[in-house]
Amino acid sequence: MNAPNASGWKPEMVADDGSVQPMTVSGDKGLQLEEPLIFELNRAGQTGVDIDAPKRGPVAGLLKFLRKAPAALPGLTEPEVVRHYTRLSRQNYAIDLGPFPLGSCTMKHNPRLNEKVARMPGFADIHPLQPKHTVAGAFEAIAELSDWLIGLTGMAAVALSPKAGAHGELCGLLCIRAAIEAKGEKRHIVLVPESAHGTNPATAAFAGFRVESIPATEDGRVDMEALISRLGPDVAGVMITNPNTCGLFERDLKKISDAVHASGGYVYCDGANFNAIVGKVRPGDLGVDAMHINLHKTFSTPHGGGGPGSGPVVLSEALAPFAPLPFVQREADGRVHLVEEEEIASTGHAQSFGRMAAFHGQMGMFTRALTYILSHGNDGLRQVSEDAVLNANYILRALEDVLEAPFAKAGPCMHEALFSDAGLAAGFSTLDIAKGLIDEGFHPMTVYFPLVVHGAMLIEPTETESRAGLDRFIASMRSLAERARAGDERLKTAPHFTPRRRLDETLAARKPVLVWKGDKA
Amino acid sequence: MRYLPLTPADRTAMLAAVGAGTIDDLFADVPADALLSGPVEGLAPHASEMAVERHMARLAGKNLSAGAAPFFLGAGAYKHHIPASVDHLIQRGEFLTAYTPYQPEIAQGTLQVLFEFQTQVARLFGTDVANASMYDGSTACWEAIAMAGRVTRRKKAVLSGGLHPHYVGTAETMAKFTGDVIEARSPVLSAQPDDAEVIAAIDDQTGAVVVQYPDILGRIPDLAAIAEAAHAKGALLVVVVTEPVALGLIEAPGHLGADIVVGEGQSLGVGLNFGGPYLGLFGASEKFLRQMPGRLCGETVDAEGKRGFVLTLSTREQHIRREKATSNICTNAGLCALAFSIHMSLLGGEGLSQLAAVNHDRARQTAERLAQIPGVTVLNDAFVNEFTVVLPADAREAVRSLADKGVLGGVALGRLYPQDKALHAGLLVTATECTTDDDIETLALTLADVLKKGA
Repeated sequence: MNAPNASGWKPEMVADDGSVQPMTVSGDKGLQLEEPLIFELNRAGQTGVDIDAPKRGPVAGLLKFLRKAPAALPGLTEPEVVRHYTRLSRQNYAIDLGPFPLGSCTMKHNPRLNEKVARMPGFADIHPLQPKHTVAGAFEAIAELSDWLIGLTGMAAVALSPKAGAHGELCGLLCIRAAIEAKGEKRHIVLVPESAHGTNPATAAFAGFRVESIPATEDGRVDMEALISRLGPDVAGVMITNPNTCGLFERDLKKISDAVHASGGYVYCDGANFNAIVGKVRPGDLGVDAMHINLHKTFSTPHGGGGPGSGPVVLSEALAPFAPLPFVQREADGRVHLVEEEEIASTGHAQSFGRMAAFHGQMGMFTRALTYILSHGNDGLRQVSEDAVLNANYILRALEDVLEAPFAKAGPCMHEALFSDAGLAAGFSTLDIAKGLIDEGFHPMTVYFPLVVHGAMLIEPTETESRAGLDRFIASMRSLAERARAGDERLKTAPHFTPRRRLDETLAARKPVLVWKGDKA
Repeated sequence: MRYLPLTPADRTAMLAAVGAGTIDDLFADVPADALLSGPVEGLAPHASEMAVERHMARLAGKNLSAGAAPFFLGAGAYKHHIPASVDHLIQRGEFLTAYTPYQPEIAQGTLQVLFEFQTQVARLFGTDVANASMYDGSTACWEAIAMAGRVTRRKKAVLSGGLHPHYVGTAETMAKFTGDVIEARSPVLSAQPDDAEVIAAIDDQTGAVVVQYPDILGRIPDLAAIAEAAHAKGALLVVVVTEPVALGLIEAPGHLGADIVVGEGQSLGVGLNFGGPYLGLFGASEKFLRQMPGRLCGETVDAEGKRGFVLTLSTREQHIRREKATSNICTNAGLCALAFSIHMSLLGGEGLSQLAAVNHDRARQTAERLAQIPGVTVLNDAFVNEFTVVLPADAREAVRSLADKGVLGGVALGRLYPQDKALHAGLLVTATECTTDDDIETLALTLADVLKKGA
């Protein structure tokens, strides 16, 4: 606690250029608020929850297991806790504050009806192991979502239990591996384009496959001839992202699928970019055998600062029998029920590869995604992809004269526009533009991904940005591009207006400090 | 369409600006026979907010919610009172609609929360460090087994029969594909956990010994003894906690010799949600830090020397290491971790201990009341808020009949172990601070009635 300023001392400091900067005693500057760690606010013995005293102590058998002292965790009253987290929240950028054009992340508006629905007690306050007849509405909601996901993708079945996109990738690859083993074959190679997201090779390796990289062509797509020439009895399948990570549609996917199938393999499609084609193209029509759908991207469940996600996987007829437990099945009479370990034999699902996680998947995300889907309907979802693609092309064409756009001359992009760092002044990089964008009040685009483009800047505006909002973003981007081409040194120290300046990531990795130890001498 | 800001006039002007005649000119790379000419057939058109809410409310209304009935289910998902401020704070748009904090200058809010969360989890578990969360307890458990394999370079994991069967199933699925060997066993309806069998199964090939604490039947294994046996053979002890509130009352696993402690964090701050989203907790000894999976947040300084936080040690992760990563996980459970952390900040260490004591008191009263019913015996000598009773018949029948009378009476072991008939008389019963005296009396009277009719 600071003492009252009785002396009338005015906090000032002299900056490098000799000017006098106003400082404050508190460290706060108006609405720029500093906040200590919750451990530093701790007052011993305080709590923000009133709990009745227990009537009796532990049963005799428990005595030898009791802990010696309460965990050394801070407790604060409710007003202190609310203020701590509210002050912290103000140090975050968010979709609610402005555009968040992270390529391949699909940061679109999160409708608040979805939040309201997910919190209805009939969804939020039901236990995963309740007797099934007490949760019929939950199974119906899951079945409705399944119908939509199957209908929008043109596939045969959907596995809902994967917890996030990468978990969905794993689910798809485990289905492929189970299908290959069921045929008594030994195929251990998975082909992954070099432009793929890092989760693809990591997932293939975790599913026990060896990864071989497939090069890209000059126009930013998978080299079909290289891929097809590699197919053979040792190749389990391919993992392709469509639209790909350069924001381009893989024109040859159907031909690739046909060749992969002819050689006895399977096609995994990374559905991270489904927002570009939802309602316009069904991956099932392109020969895809498995594709995960990030409900937190295309179907707008909130990202929450890094999760929770949800990664249902749609499957072709060939892979459906191997889907993980549990899943919801619709009977001929329209009733839906849950297939778990108990029912696999009696329902003809003995080939299921097993369980990927406890319980039934991310129900709280299912209800949000279903609400989003019902709100848009089949016409609205089609408009979503059209507007997402239009917004991205609008940015592409508005910036291609000031930033190098490696694939722009060959034709339109899909839902994201890709630029490189070619043409920036010596010593200036993509990172400088990203940090300059922060000073302009925007979240940066995805940077240095995909790896196939030098200094990549991948901009995905999504359909929920207005034209006026896009114009404001474009004006800032044009200014930054021009400053980086001209070598404006102030960009190299950006951001200037944030609660923290550039952070020392090398120090963090060299001497990791992952927990607070301020109370340990 | 209320979520789409472009007007028809905007679209026309923007198409002209990009040099396209129609929207489909922008989809020119899609083969003509794959481009749909109109909305997908057989699916409904858009609907108003009111209509959608009405439809979803109708579905929700078909479910019997935990708060609307005497409720005694646990087995890895628990009903606790969540303070109102938790849900209010996590719905602030700055938390709800932020992304993974890759740009630390404008994500210090999320990053500081993760740093505080890591510290809270490490202190709760008694481990040196903790990560920024995983998908859930079951996937965290598998990741711990895989990590122990990397550390010890051994492929075999010995699992206690007290480990949640869904967690066992998840590990068995993954092990089929990675070549790990999972040695699992079924629980036995006995007052004591299977510590002796677990210790006897540890050999020179064992990399991980996995024990749930309290176990699936609510019993409490002697971690110190198992840790000693595991370490003597060069194996790591992985302790799984599905009910973190229990750690308000019983000793932290890290203080009893556990090398890796993982758990399900749902109990604090996160509702039942029919099984997800939840959050996986992951703590470990600092010497294994570089083998840990998942996101890590670390302290550093900015260009002006001020304390700040960043995601760190990402050279372990898939976006850098690709096929050589320690895990393929990209997402954590950020918002659930925030909810956990806020609830924990409200409770504090002493509040958590008080909460655990009340849970135990409620469970003790429930156990003593159920033991008065003819034909019903309580299995456990020791338990925190969850215990097993043995009924005279298959507990699945009793659970169903109880539900028909509006009582959610527990989890029948037959639901979890359909193949193991010796367990089918077992009923897992949980009580928490939400359990009232009336709830306990209603369960006891209804169960007695159900069993009488069944006899």
